[in-house]
Amino acid sequence: MGKIRTPYLLLLPGFGFLFTFFILPIINLAQTSTQTRVAGGDTGEYEQTLRFANYLDAFVENKEQFGRSFLFATIATVLALAIAYPLAYAIAFKAGKYKNLLLVLVVAPFFTSFLLRTIAWKQILGEEGFVVPTLRSLGIISESTTLTSTSFAVVMGMTYNFLPFMTLPLYASIDRIDPRTLEASGDLYANGLTTFRRVTLPLSMPGVVAGTLLTFIPAAGDYVNAAILGNPNTKMLGNVIESRYFKIVDYPTAAALSFTLMAAILILVTLYIRKAGTEELV
Amino acid sequence: MAKASIEARGDLRLTRLTKTYGDFTAVDDLTLTIPKGSFFALLGPSGCGKTTTLRMIAGLEEPTAGSIHLGETDITTTKPYQRPINTVFQNYALFPHLTIFENIAFGLRRRGQKDVKEAVDKVLNLVELPHLAERKPTQLSGGQQQRIALARAIVNRPALLLLDEPLGALDLKLRRQMQIELKWIQKEVGLTFVHVTHDQEEAMTMADTIAVMNEGQIEQMGSPAELYDNPETAYVANFLGQSNLIKGIISGNDGDSLIVDLYGQKIALPKNRSHAIDNSTYAGIRPEKFRISLLETPVHGNVLTGGRIEDVSYIGVSTQYQVEMPWGQELMVFEQNDDGVAPFNKGDAVNISWAPTFTFALRGDEDVTAGSEVQPQDIDEE
Repeated sequence: MGKIRTPYLLLLPGFGFLFTFFILPIINLAQTSTQTRVAGGDTGEYEQTLRFANYLDAFVENKEQFGRSFLFATIATVLALAIAYPLAYAIAFKAGKYKNLLLVLVVAPFFTSFLLRTIAWKQILGEEGFVVPTLRSLGIISESTTLTSTSFAVVMGMTYNFLPFMTLPLYASIDRIDPRTLEASGDLYANGLTTFRRVTLPLSMPGVVAGTLLTFIPAAGDYVNAAILGNPNTKMLGNVIESRYFKIVDYPTAAALSFTLMAAILILVTLYIRKAGTEELV
Repeated sequence: MAKASIEARGDLRLTRLTKTYGDFTAVDDLTLTIPKGSFFALLGPSGCGKTTTLRMIAGLEEPTAGSIHLGETDITTTKPYQRPINTVFQNYALFPHLTIFENIAFGLRRRGQKDVKEAVDKVLNLVELPHLAERKPTQLSGGQQQRIALARAIVNRPALLLLDEPLGALDLKLRRQMQIELKWIQKEVGLTFVHVTHDQEEAMTMADTIAVMNEGQIEQMGSPAELYDNPETAYVANFLGQSNLIKGIISGNDGDSLIVDLYGQKIALPKNRSHAIDNSTYAGIRPEKFRISLLETPVHGNVLTGGRIEDVSYIGVSTQYQVEMPWGQELMVFEQNDDGVAPFNKGDAVNISWAPTFTFALRGDEDVTAGSEVQPQDIDEE
């Protein structure tokens, strides 16, 4: 009897943690999302009225930021994939003895704060940095163009910040591919491009799916990059939620937006996994 | 170029083919012709350069020097996918994400061939696994995967089929069965097979011609019987089966025979079986060619006297004797157990005799242990 119970006892701390820091806040958030302001009450004083129209109001008011969140997250994910795939491929197949060193370098940015790195990009892309003067002297951007406080800077910041989350699962997946299957493909009349399309890419799909999810999900809810590298016109949903909570003290709208974002991401991810058909793999 | 090379047919010619990795020479100035339609084996221990040779033929390694021709077409620098050559890889390298059907159809589809289904079904029937078409490779046993790897290659009807230790991962019983099947399939489809193996029995069972490789070069080439009966070097004599090599001096001529003095006892051997370059030589005799007799029994042919039986191992079909000769060397003798029992006992004083035509003579400066160190490892594996 005792033997059967032990595993469950070992799970208790985990369940306890999840219950306290995930389930309870979610319930609390759900309750908050349908509250309304107390008539004549103080700022931040709300009562439960089960007003589900909060959701509709919140969505209609912030359609633009919703769209931008998913657009930016999608672009950042695609860019990260385009950068990380060749990188992961090179580390897995071409790096030889430098494999571990390169993997450490991929993870190395994590040793400094996320916030600090994002602020650093503000300087790199600023007027005093080397990027803007270089691009100007090469005539790629005009004299009046700036890079900070632009959509470009926000997407770039997200791409940079989430790159390791894309690279590591891709590497794990590509590293598992038996290089002899690639040789076999060449032996069976497939040129380099066909081998990539028919063998390498399908075999690395678990990594592509994991990497894009690990990038897209946090990117869609991100607000740090937009806050530091963007301008008032590049606000994402995360920025709206943040300001509703902490500045306007409009808890119900913030809660409703959080739930809507969560639901939207869940639906998109489900559709994506269905389409990518990962259950076929492994 | 690509179009022309993929259509190439004919004998495979390797000319002065060389591959070096830094200071290490894997394949050393190799020249070789493999006739169209033959079953050719490259035999040697690991590190002898046989796999590198195969990979250069497949286009997976680029030669440092030399050329590869298929018929009249130079394919030395063409890409693997431009060569009418397919490989059965050592660990099969089946595509894990594709069904068996799609694995086999892979090459056909790349070449845009019509009637893919018909061709795949036909080859699945040939390897007797039509019921597995919709499975994934991981759902198959080793032997089944091996057949699918073979089917995936031969379905393309290549000018040349390369087999890289294709049976190495199978257990002994399955390996023996597959050897026979491979040979049968080669006859059936009529393709040129080039087979790389370290297993001498496998090479002898299947190949028409065997090239024994050592340190990047071909030591000797010929039919299995030629190599076994008349090896030209100690390496071949030891690597293919076992040999007794006895030091001697060529002391004279007698018509078509040479007379060799082995520690004072004279024996004869046909001149055309001598590979010695001067008077010093090693006379070689296979253990099963020896006959043991008690001292009083009259014997014919070559005779060595003064032997004493040191060890008797009864192994059913035959008995293996270790016979110590007066000069201290122990000779190995295999006797068939025709009468059911081993007729000699440990300690018996005996003569050893054999027919002169079974003797071969090697150069006197040979290393008599060359090639033999590979043998125990081979036996272990089985």
